[in-house]
Amino acid sequence: MEQTNIFDPNYFHKVVDCQYACPAHTPVPEYIRLIAQEKYTEAYMLNWDSNVFPGVLGRTCDRPCEPACRRVRTEETPVAICRLKRAAADNKGDVSAYLPHVPEQKNGKRIALIGAGPASLAVARDLLPFGYEVHLFEQDEKGGGFMRSQIPAFRLPEEVLDEEVDRILDMGVHCHFGQAIDSMKELMDQNFDAYFVGTGAPRGRDLELTGREDVDEYIHIGIDWLSSVAFGHISEIKGKVIVMGGGNTAMDCCRTSLRLGAESVKVVVRSAFEVMKASEWEKEDAMREGIPIINNRPPKEFVHENGKLKGVLFECVTPVRGEDGRLRYESSGEPDEFIECDHVLMAIGQDNHCPWIERDLGIEFDKWDCPNLNEVTLQSTNPSIFFGGDSAFGPENIIWASAHAHRAAISIHLYCQGKDLINDRPPEGVNLLSTKMGVHEWAYDAAHDPAERHSVPLVEHESSLNNLKVEVELGFDAKLAAQEAQRCLNCDVQTVFTDNLCIECDACVDICPMDCISFVDNQPEEALRLSLTAPAQNLGQDLYVSGELKTQRVMVKDEDVCLHCGLCAERCPTNAWDMQRSVVHIPQLGSFGE
Amino acid sequence: MTFVAKPRIHHPNLPVNELGLTRRDYEGSVSTLCAGCGHDSVSAAIVQACAELALPPHRFAKVSGIGCSSKTPSYFLNRSHGFNSVHGRMPSVMTGANLANRELMCIGVSGDGDSASIGLGQFAHVVRRRTNMLYLVDNNGTYGLTKGQFSATNDKGSTSKKGIPNLYEPIDLVSIALQLGASFVGRSFSGDKRQLVPLIKAALKHKGMAFIDVISPCVAFNNHNGSTKSFDFVREHTSSVVNADLILGQPEITADYAEGTHEDVAMPDGSTLQLYKVDADYDPYDRIGALNYVQKMQEQGQVATGLLYVDPDAVECHDIMETTGQPLNELAEETLCPGNDVLASINQGYR
Repeated sequence: MEQTNIFDPNYFHKVVDCQYACPAHTPVPEYIRLIAQEKYTEAYMLNWDSNVFPGVLGRTCDRPCEPACRRVRTEETPVAICRLKRAAADNKGDVSAYLPHVPEQKNGKRIALIGAGPASLAVARDLLPFGYEVHLFEQDEKGGGFMRSQIPAFRLPEEVLDEEVDRILDMGVHCHFGQAIDSMKELMDQNFDAYFVGTGAPRGRDLELTGREDVDEYIHIGIDWLSSVAFGHISEIKGKVIVMGGGNTAMDCCRTSLRLGAESVKVVVRSAFEVMKASEWEKEDAMREGIPIINNRPPKEFVHENGKLKGVLFECVTPVRGEDGRLRYESSGEPDEFIECDHVLMAIGQDNHCPWIERDLGIEFDKWDCPNLNEVTLQSTNPSIFFGGDSAFGPENIIWASAHAHRAAISIHLYCQGKDLINDRPPEGVNLLSTKMGVHEWAYDAAHDPAERHSVPLVEHESSLNNLKVEVELGFDAKLAAQEAQRCLNCDVQTVFTDNLCIECDACVDICPMDCISFVDNQPEEALRLSLTAPAQNLGQDLYVSGELKTQRVMVKDEDVCLHCGLCAERCPTNAWDMQRSVVHIPQLGSFGE
Repeated sequence: MTFVAKPRIHHPNLPVNELGLTRRDYEGSVSTLCAGCGHDSVSAAIVQACAELALPPHRFAKVSGIGCSSKTPSYFLNRSHGFNSVHGRMPSVMTGANLANRELMCIGVSGDGDSASIGLGQFAHVVRRRTNMLYLVDNNGTYGLTKGQFSATNDKGSTSKKGIPNLYEPIDLVSIALQLGASFVGRSFSGDKRQLVPLIKAALKHKGMAFIDVISPCVAFNNHNGSTKSFDFVREHTSSVVNADLILGQPEITADYAEGTHEDVAMPDGSTLQLYKVDADYDPYDRIGALNYVQKMQEQGQVATGLLYVDPDAVECHDIMETTGQPLNELAEETLCPGNDVLASINQGYR
């Protein structure tokens, strides 16, 4: 195998599993260390740089980082990364001194952002410090987009959202709220220098079934219904409720129904429990509130009498795993099941929908009504128009919106400066800094903490179910946060090996608790993986291969289950091993300013 | 020396042996030796050998004397019995333990100071007596604990860290062991576990006095240019004669070896000692030949390693002394102390 190039920014970035999995590449271990040092404000701002909405994300993020956490591979449960983020947001002090400076003197370029959701807000944040005049158009009276309209207050309190939305608006955004844009052409007549579309995926899917037309009054589209609840247009739901769908919107619908006075709530899902789209924890939250989730029940018919909905008839199916590993559903042979109800909330997915964009503006759309975009630059086929968030590639989540926004902001800046959107993008980079402070002293807490994941305290059951606005999770207090922070393995503190210092004494091999290190004859990767002290069977994790040593062997380290405990470096008599903190530079518009 | 304790957690796929133990269950406390010390590699090799043979840790007696080497029994087999004895007196204590309980597996760890200087007499006599044990010497040619004076195994002409040469002839413990009756004699290198681990496994299963001299560089005081016990020097000047391995049960024929270079020796407990001759002319059953070979190599500045001599049918101390077949702690009191009448009749027999 070739010697590993550790100066390739991607190599060590990949070792920091959480950061690599995060679409916005938030430097997770670094902010967790700051939390452990009670530097909540700094931890918050480090988050804010990457993902723009730490308080919101600390409560609502889809957490792609957690399943990726190395701790899953070493001890099953990941570090509670998301809830630590919230702890930073909850405990932070005044952040004003850390905010970027927005110049009085503008650069003369005017940018229109359509939709005041997370994507547009993040683009605004990135552009404002560079002197852009940013105009934000939104149909609702307040900013926040679906963070406000679709995430219920018992998961995301309004004041948390307001704080983070206002922080951006206060940087000097020209807000045009309560103005729905119904023609892109008309907007373009105002001659902005560039346009960013961040209008989300606003159309909830409907289901054409027998009886659907006759009971329209009792059937609600989940995201529209949640939005009506959020803006106070709906404040109760009476009788028995069926929520159809297995995603996070379904979970929000059922829990909201319970709080608005429904007599009973059931979630009915077409597919099997384990393949439901909803996050594990959101399913758990719903079930903890006593809401049954009924699986393998595709709907057949809305049953009604005299124009009044009586219930829904479901088919009974069983999942069968096909040879391709995918689940197929066969009739289980049981008779169809009738479930009584007074209302149905339909949460079976969302689609992109931009009827207000005229199709003769040079913006091409595909058959799913998604724009044709360059995946790197997010530029549409009309060079002045960019897309991001759900309106770009379909429904995702807030963290993707932040990630898109950074890329789009770079593109908009390059476009306005007349530069090439691909070749002039700032590159990724990596810095390595030794953490060695003394003979046995490291600038990070190297010892492995075997503690199990701490669970987040919840508010008392009764009071949360009676009030839509009572936040269910209380969040980690400072003490719990400090304890959970200790579980982080500091995967960004890398084991860096210098081959010409090594005397091949085997000390690192002997001390490594996870058998990550081997000194072996070099071979092609497949054979090499099997020749190690512990065979490296996780092909998703790289091997770190040194140059040739004096004995013609090579050092091979399997990155898979390394605890970053630093014992190899502690035990190395020649400092051939060193623990070095890797700082991965993910390009943002701010990268130009440095 | 390490201040960060080795975490208890281990690799998720770490194999479990027939006793349900992983290799990690055979470890000891965290080593307080210098970072990179060869002795720690030797301890790790003992851990690996015992785990692979699925030996029950609580059936081990590990005894040592004084010195860096003699600290190491703390660093392996923490579920076994141990005794850290007086300088150079490991052989006496080990002999006592073995005589009292012949079913214990005995590991004595010593160093070049402990065995070749203060304990040379004890070393010579425990080998003569053929106590059934593994006598392992961590040999680094220097007194590391007292900051690097030449030890008695340091080669003549080998230099100190400051470049001053050693003026005295070295004591070769392997030659003494061969001469005085050890029935298993090997030499290895702490930096070569591929050779060392199988050698330790074979020695642990050998019935009789098994002696292994492990060259184990001292990274603090004897790993410089000019030293003949440095990592680099040993790597450049070793030549292996016979590599041994021990497998439990009957061997499967897995590889082709040139004729006359591979041999399986059945061991009394049903396991098989496999010998791979690197040098086809070498005869590991010829004690005098081995002695000559080792001396000749030494004359040429080379270090002969591997299994140098083995006598699979050797007798051990208990056979020679015709002791009872049971450990003393299993004998009833009347058997162990048969009383004044029996003593009187024994005494009568000598009159």
